[in-house]
Amino acid sequence: MTGFFERILGRSKDANSALKAKERLQFVLVHDRVNISPERMKSMKEEILAVISKYVNVNGGELEIALRQHDRGHNSLVAEVPFHKAIEAPEDDEEDDYELPMLPGDATAETRPGRSIHELPPDLEA
Amino acid sequence: MAERLKPAISTPNGAGYPARPGGRVVTITSGKGGVGKTTTTANIGIALARLGRRVVMIDTDIGLRNLDIVLGLESRIVYDIVDVVEGRCKLRQAMIKHKQFPELYLIPAAQTRDKTAVSPADMVQITDQLRPEFDFILVDSPAGIERGFRNALAPADEVLIVTNPEVSAVRDADRIIGLIEAEKKDPGKLILNRVKADMVRRGEMLSPTDVTDILGISIIGIVPEDENVVPSSNSGMPVALNESSRAGLAFRNIARRLCGENVPFMSLEPSGNILQRLSRLFAGGSNE
Repeated sequence: MTGFFERILGRSKDANSALKAKERLQFVLVHDRVNISPERMKSMKEEILAVISKYVNVNGGELEIALRQHDRGHNSLVAEVPFHKAIEAPEDDEEDDYELPMLPGDATAETRPGRSIHELPPDLEA
Repeated sequence: MAERLKPAISTPNGAGYPARPGGRVVTITSGKGGVGKTTTTANIGIALARLGRRVVMIDTDIGLRNLDIVLGLESRIVYDIVDVVEGRCKLRQAMIKHKQFPELYLIPAAQTRDKTAVSPADMVQITDQLRPEFDFILVDSPAGIERGFRNALAPADEVLIVTNPEVSAVRDADRIIGLIEAEKKDPGKLILNRVKADMVRRGEMLSPTDVTDILGISIIGIVPEDENVVPSSNSGMPVALNESSRAGLAFRNIARRLCGENVPFMSLEPSGNILQRLSRLFAGGSNE
């Protein structure tokens, strides 16, 4: 009987599966478009965390890195890094101040031409 | 935008940009198979011919030709596009005239060869020969993103991307949009095929707005699911010829939009019987 009324009222147990479809598509497409898998995002996050941890005290669980798309072809990586306080710089290696820390492994993300995350204007996110 | 109106400079790689003088090359593609590309091409071709436009359709799905059969022209094929490319016939000899429209032609795909028999440069050369004589050159792309798709994309001034309101079809459409972008072509326009209004209303199917939100491109056609489509293909009489078909109307509207007319999108609601309309009324009133 309820089935009958649901049919009359145009409801069904699958209602809002369209919403689910939209959400799933938005997630998968943002990764498809920049050609970076969620797995690769995770390893990037770990490396970034390792670098940042040299300078500030970060709780790894609090580091948020998200891929955002403003429109097709305009992507940005948005990081939120809550930290407690800076780590004191060692005094004996002043000339190292100008060098970037060496990263273990290759941190370059593979991206499609014209859609590279490296080409993003840095000012897209406030 | 103004740059696109400058006199065309022919580019040997077939970038097709800026647009060349004469007819427009419109490629119909989808990524995923089975979404209705060939049906769409046939119907837009017929609808443009009805509007008095000179149209030639090219089937680039070599090895799996189908446009001929959807148009009811399968028994009249003598030469095909591979015969043209390999010099066994003149381009004119491979063009099959439609029975009903004297200015509508089909260049069929070869059935016994594969996609490597034609190159993107061949496609540019063939369409350049056709441009002075036609208003529209419709290129029906095969499914996939390999050679056949590259062949179909190479000469395109405009691309129409056919998809269905389903996750896999929309994902593949997005991939196609990315590949078109990489070729520095205009982003393409969307045709959403097989939309079931009832399911959209119940929240069981992505709506046209959902799909355009996700893909970020403009839409040129919303084609409702219509039981007239299959019998039309059965008899080789595309549904655009059927005055009472809603899908036919949607395809005719797409043709008018391609000709620059501003045609509002038709209501998705099917007319239905009184009981169905009443139940929709109740459903609408009970939401939220």
